[in-house]
Formats: sequence, C-alpha cells, structure tokens
Amino acid sequence: MNKNKEQLLNKRYKAEQRFRLYGLSAIFMALLFLTIFIFKIFSTGYSAFQKTWLIVPVTFDAELMMLDQNPSKEDLQDADYYDIALKSMADLDPNANEDQENELKRMVSYFFEKEIKNELLNDPNLIGKTKEVYLTASDDLDQVFKGNYPRDLPEDQRRVSDYQLKIFDQLVANGKVESKFNISFFTNADSREAELAGIASSFMGSIFSILVCLMIAFPVAVLAAIYLEEFAPKNRFTDFIEVNINNLAAVPSIVFGLLGLGVLLAIFHLPRSTPLVGGITLSLMTLPTIIIAARASLKAVPPSIREAALAMGASRMQTTIHHTVPLSMPGTLSGTIIGLAQALGETAPLILIGMVAFVNTIPGSPMDPAASLPVQIYIWAESAERGFVEKVSACIMVLLGFLIIMNLFAQIIRHKFEKKWS
Amino acid sequence: MNLILFTFIVLLGFTSYYFGRKKAYTIQSTKKRLTALPQFYGYYLAIWCAIPAFIIFSLWAIFEPTIVKLLILSDYSNQGYLDDELNLLYEKSKALSRGQFTGEITPFIEASAEKYLSLRSIAQSSKVVIVLSAIIASVAYAYKRISSNSRTREPVEKFLNAVLFTASLAAILTTVGIVFSLIFQTIDFFKVIPLFDFVFGTHWYPAKAFVRDSSEALDPTMYSDTFGAVPIFAGTFFIAFIAMCVAIPIGLMSGIYLAEYASTKVRQYAKPLIEILAGIPTVVYGFFAALTVGPFLKELGTSMGLEVSAESALAAGGVMGIMIIPFISSLSDDVITSVPQSLRDGSYAMGATKSETIKRVIFPAALPGIVGSILLGVSRAIGETMIVVMASGLAANLTLNPLESTSTITAQIVVILIGDQAFGDPKTQAAFALGMSLFLVTLCLNIVALRVVKKYREKYE
Repeated sequence: MNKNKEQLLNKRYKAEQRFRLYGLSAIFMALLFLTIFIFKIFSTGYSAFQKTWLIVPVTFDAELMMLDQNPSKEDLQDADYYDIALKSMADLDPNANEDQENELKRMVSYFFEKEIKNELLNDPNLIGKTKEVYLTASDDLDQVFKGNYPRDLPEDQRRVSDYQLKIFDQLVANGKVESKFNISFFTNADSREAELAGIASSFMGSIFSILVCLMIAFPVAVLAAIYLEEFAPKNRFTDFIEVNINNLAAVPSIVFGLLGLGVLLAIFHLPRSTPLVGGITLSLMTLPTIIIAARASLKAVPPSIREAALAMGASRMQTTIHHTVPLSMPGTLSGTIIGLAQALGETAPLILIGMVAFVNTIPGSPMDPAASLPVQIYIWAESAERGFVEKVSACIMVLLGFLIIMNLFAQIIRHKFEKKWS
Repeated sequence: MNLILFTFIVLLGFTSYYFGRKKAYTIQSTKKRLTALPQFYGYYLAIWCAIPAFIIFSLWAIFEPTIVKLLILSDYSNQGYLDDELNLLYEKSKALSRGQFTGEITPFIEASAEKYLSLRSIAQSSKVVIVLSAIIASVAYAYKRISSNSRTREPVEKFLNAVLFTASLAAILTTVGIVFSLIFQTIDFFKVIPLFDFVFGTHWYPAKAFVRDSSEALDPTMYSDTFGAVPIFAGTFFIAFIAMCVAIPIGLMSGIYLAEYASTKVRQYAKPLIEILAGIPTVVYGFFAALTVGPFLKELGTSMGLEVSAESALAAGGVMGIMIIPFISSLSDDVITSVPQSLRDGSYAMGATKSETIKRVIFPAALPGIVGSILLGVSRAIGETMIVVMASGLAANLTLNPLESTSTITAQIVVILIGDQAFGDPKTQAAFALGMSLFLVTLCLNIVALRVVKKYREKYE
C-alpha cells in the first residue's frame, strides 16, 4: 500500500517536472525563432553595406572625347565619355576579341561612363593623362567578391562568364578590387540595377507618410480620448463609439487599404501612389491604437487631481486642459510612438493605394509618388536578381533599427516623465 | 491665394482675441465684476471669427467646382453632347487653363478655358469679399455682446466640447467609410456574379475575367466558374489552422510558464523578448518565410522523398504562427495572472502539485479569457497579408496538403489590386467582395473575442 502511494507520488512529481519543461521549452522555442531570425537577416544583410569597386586605369584622351585644345566647362559636360570608358575597360585584356570586350564592359555598372565623367569634371587637368578610377562593379561581380555567388556552377547557369571571372581574379590578384562603405545605398533612389539601388526614395516616402499620419492621427485621437474619458455621458451612443474603436483596432490592415482605394482615391481623387494618401490611410489605422493608449493614461491620472482643481473653482474644461491632459501626456506620447512604429512597418494597405510603383526619384513632398521602406522590401524581395537579396536584408536592418529606436524612445518617455501615483 | 487668405484669417483671429481681452480689462477697470477670466472674452471673439470662416470655406470647397462646371457646360447644352463628352470637354479646358494640356486645342476648348479662368478669378475674389465681410460682421456682433459683460466662458466651453465630440466621431466615420467603400463594389459584383456561385463555386481564376473584352463584361454566363471563392476561403482557414497549430501550444505554454513558474528576473527579460516577435513588420516575416523557411522545407522534403512546393502552405502558416505566439502568450499570461490567488491556495492546500493546480483549477477558470485570446489570434491570422503574398502561392488550389501551395483572401486581394485598377470591372469588384467577407469574418471573431475577454474580466474584478 505504502509503496503504491510512493509510486503515485513519484509519477505526479514527474508529471510536474514534465509540465515545467514544456513551458520552458516553449519559451526557449520562441526565443530560438527570434535568434534564428535576427541572425539570418544580419548574416545576409551586413554585406550590403559594402560595395565593390574595380580600379581601372583610364586615359583621358582628348581626341576620343571629341574635345578641343582648351575645353571650357560646358565642353567637358558635353564631351563624349563613352569611347574612353569603353576603351579603358577593353584595355584590361589587350588580347580581347569583340565579344570579350563586350563582356569586359559588363563587369562594371552601366553607370561607369558617368563615374569617369565626374572624375574629369573634378579635375580638368587630367586631359591627356592616365589615372586609376574607381568604377562600381556589376552586382554579379559584387556578389562574387563577397562570396555570395557560387562559382562552381556550370557556366551557362551563371550570370558571370568564365572569362569575366578570369579577368576579375587577375584584378583581385593585382589589388585592383576594393570594397568600401556603400554610401550610395543611403543616397540613391531605387534602381533596376542592384548595384545602384538605394533606399533614399523609400526612406523619404516613409518619413512623409509617418508625418502625415502623425499630424492627422495624434490630434484627432487625443481629442477623442479626452471626450470619451472626461466628458462623454454614459449612454448607448458612447458605448457604440467604444465598440467601434475596439473593433477598428483589430480590423486587418488590408481592409484599411481597401478603404483608401475605395474612398480616398476613387471618390476624393487624391493623387495615387503618394505618401499623402498613404499617411491618411495609416492614420485611420493608428487612430484606435492612440485613442486606447491616451484613454488609459487619462484614466491613470488620480481623481484627486481633478477634485482639487474643481474645488479651487476651475470648470471641468479648465481642469481637463490645465491638469489632467498635461499629466497624461507622457503615456499618450509613448502610445503614439508605438502606434507610429506599427504604421511604419505596415505594407499591405500601401500596396493597395499604389505605393508599389517603381520610383527612381527622391520625393520632395508628400504629393510626389514614393514607396516606403517596407514596400521597398517587398519590391526587392520579388526581384529575381541575386544582388537584391542582401539589399532586402540591409533594408530590413534599417527598418528594424528605426523600430527599435522608436520603441526605446517610447520607453524612455514613459519611464522618465510619467508620474508614479501611489 | 488660399494660403494668404488663411494666414490673414488666422491673424484676424489673433487680433480679435486681443481686442476681446482688452475689452474685458476695460470692463474690469470700471469696477464691474467680470463673468469669466479675461482670456475667455478673447477666445469668444476668436471663435466667432473662426466659425463663419470655416463654414464659408467648406461650402465653397463643395459648391464652387460644381457651379463653375455647370456655367461652363451651359455653353454646350444645346449641341447634343453626351454626358461623358461634356465631362471630357470640361477636363480638357481645365487642363488647358493650367497649361498642362497636350492634345489638340480647338477654339471651343480655348474659349471655355478662358471662361474657366475668369470664373475662377470671380469666384476667388467673391470668396475673399464674402469671407472677410462675414468675419467682420460676426466679430462685430460678438464684440457688442461682450461689451454688455454677458457670459463668455460657457459658449467657449460648449464650443470646445463640440470639437471634442466631433473628434470622437472619427472612429465611427472610419467604420462607416470601410463599410461604404466595400459595400457598393460588392453589390455591383453580385449583380454580375450570383452570390451562390461565389460562395459555393470551386474555381477561382480572376485572370480569366481580365482577358475578356470589357464590352462583354455584363454577360454573367461568361463568369461562371471564374469567381468561385471556396478554394480561397478553404486556403485562408487552412493556413490560419497551420498557424494556430504552431502558435497555440508555444504561446499558451510560454504564457503559463511566465505567469506561474518564471522568476521575476526571467519574466522581466523573457516577456519583452517574446514581444519583439509581435513588433517585427509582417513583410519581414514574409521575406524570411520565402527566402529561408520555404527552400529549407523543400530541401528537407526532398531528402525524405516528399514533393514539397517551394511556396508551401506549411512555410507561410508556420511563420505566421511564430508571429502570433506573442499575442497568445501575453494575453494568456494576463488572463492567468488575474485568476484570484485564493483558487491557487485552495488547490495547494488539498495537496495538488503546481502543474495539477494549473491544469485542473487555473486553466478552467481562465478558459474564457484564453479562448478570447486564441480567437483574436485567429482573426489576426486570417487578416495577415504579406506573409502569404510572399511565401505562399498565388494560384488558388483547393487542397488540404500542407506541402502544396494555396492562396488566401488577403493574398488574392493584393494580387488583383496591385498595379492599375479599373473600377467597374468584375475583377476589381471581386477584390472588394473578398474584402467584405474578410471584414465580416474578422468582425464577428473580434466581437465574440472582445465580449468573452470582457465578461471574464468582470468576473474576477
């Protein structure tokens, strides 16, 4: 009998331990996913912050550039750089036949003519001389140099030919290939060529949409929260508003995209693909989040504050504006920032209102067509070229960086400025 | 022009505030008692300045274009033009007057463009005159009222209250906007496609509708077997089911562990770390699923002799499940912590172990709240877009094999509406009909879930 009891007890203790283990492993799994995830993004993305350059000697031959003896600035602007650019690439292999010369040309970005031109514009004395110029390597060679491109594939499955690899290896051996910090990733707009594509346009698009979103959502949400928390009578209509707000907070974001498409674009005829429409759509989406946060922080202000103000003869409006609202601001602000961070990462509604258009200019106002950072991630992720994979990860790193900064900021505001009522 | 006028009105507002306050001081200096603080006299005047300006501005914005259009088109009224042609003429003359017109300029259009410009300038100047005179009249009236030391605080506060109330209507307006933007397109869609075909049809090929000539668009027989939504609904629930298979065990167990077992220190670090998963944008999950998980599963399947699509439902659903873990873990953590301590103590006193207490006492007590949190998770899984668009297929297969690709409501909406849309095309309307069904399904889930959670909270508060 006693033995039986002990067995039962042991069984129960074992079950206890197993249960505990399940819980621990669940947490472990969740954290493991997070780690794999972040590791994967960083390991594919960090290389995008480096860019590969080929150092190629360029002879600035006045004759080939169709320049006179003493060219003016305009002459230099209008000169023909294509021939010397082509020649300097062809000179990498003196024995190259015509096809191979073509392949040599494709080792650098199609932008190489401009890079050579800029070199001369910076220093007009170079005419007739030879100088080693940094040229952006094509995205495929860039990937080869970073080791992301399998070299052992059969040649017809590679976008880089054996010949190009041979010349490239020679350049590497001579120290004529260099990797430098990729500034153009932050200053260029989107491009069809992976080596030139940058996040400047989508970054500005994100900033503009978030600003529009902030300017609409913040005031409306704060006013609504003040009304609902401080003035609204308790009746059916107020309940209805509350049900609405709670539901809106859980409506899928793509439905807001349909709203933007069906109302803002189709009825109000606002300009398509612009951060203005994107911002308005996002503001409708963040509105409930901010209202809920603002109400919570208004509720956290103790009634004694209100009672004291009322006892001093202040009206209800004065009490609210002078005391309750300022005291609730830290909580409201941090809720707003978290809402904006959500909006910053939102993609689906922006796709529906046309912010996926290919934009190769940097927008200067919310009325110009633009993409946004998450949409840029989507656009690049859908491109087939290998060079875009690391760009996507790098763009994700930038986006995550922003989200982390915003969330930290929200935390700081909450902890630094919020009064603790005890 | 409008900007200058606006600035001017704002300046007028400040001036009237100043005069109102000054008036209050003059009244005070005559030893009369004020009925409110001096600044309220100022606010009162400023509001009387702002209201007429706002009303006239909005009326103008609504009616000016219509009236100008009517006046311009009255020139063409007897020439037998169709409505569409008239609209086109109007748009052309508008473009010409802005210097943006690139087509052929006919004398008619040129004349209308000139007329348009002159009408616009008449409208502008009359707007300025009317706005300014209305402001001056109303401010003068209000000034007269305050000089008799009548009440000013109450009207000002009533006005502010009205502003606050209007702001709180924004949530209702948004809901109304959603319903309106969906419902008209949906009704048009069901005029062409019978509701029965949509709900019970098993073939979804919206691209088929696209290639057809738009002149045939109204023949309903053309679309039979094109817009059957069963594969999409099935795919949506299937992927959501896979997601919940990942999210419920992990989320629930970590919620239980955090609430009952974890030391304060573990809780302090683990909880925010898990919640990071909820803060990662969905497009990032989509990229992860498409680039890492999909190919990984495919390779794994191939090595085991299974045929796995690179865009399998399993990859999308699994990653979606990871995304939903924190929703379930945080909510169930909250729910479990709010179970009264007395229940636990009672169970321990009977000699139950911790896990027995959790399984037999706390879990049943917290069940409504946990069900609510799971329902919210399901609603999120159904509405999730980017993961499915990027990682699962875009062709709607009716399948229950998690290794094949399927499509969801949200993915189909994106597929249809990406790029240029023609309103009035059944394909575009189909997207709105899908949106409507998505909205209704998530609405029901949310209402039920919120009810359940609320009821549960009330029970233990």
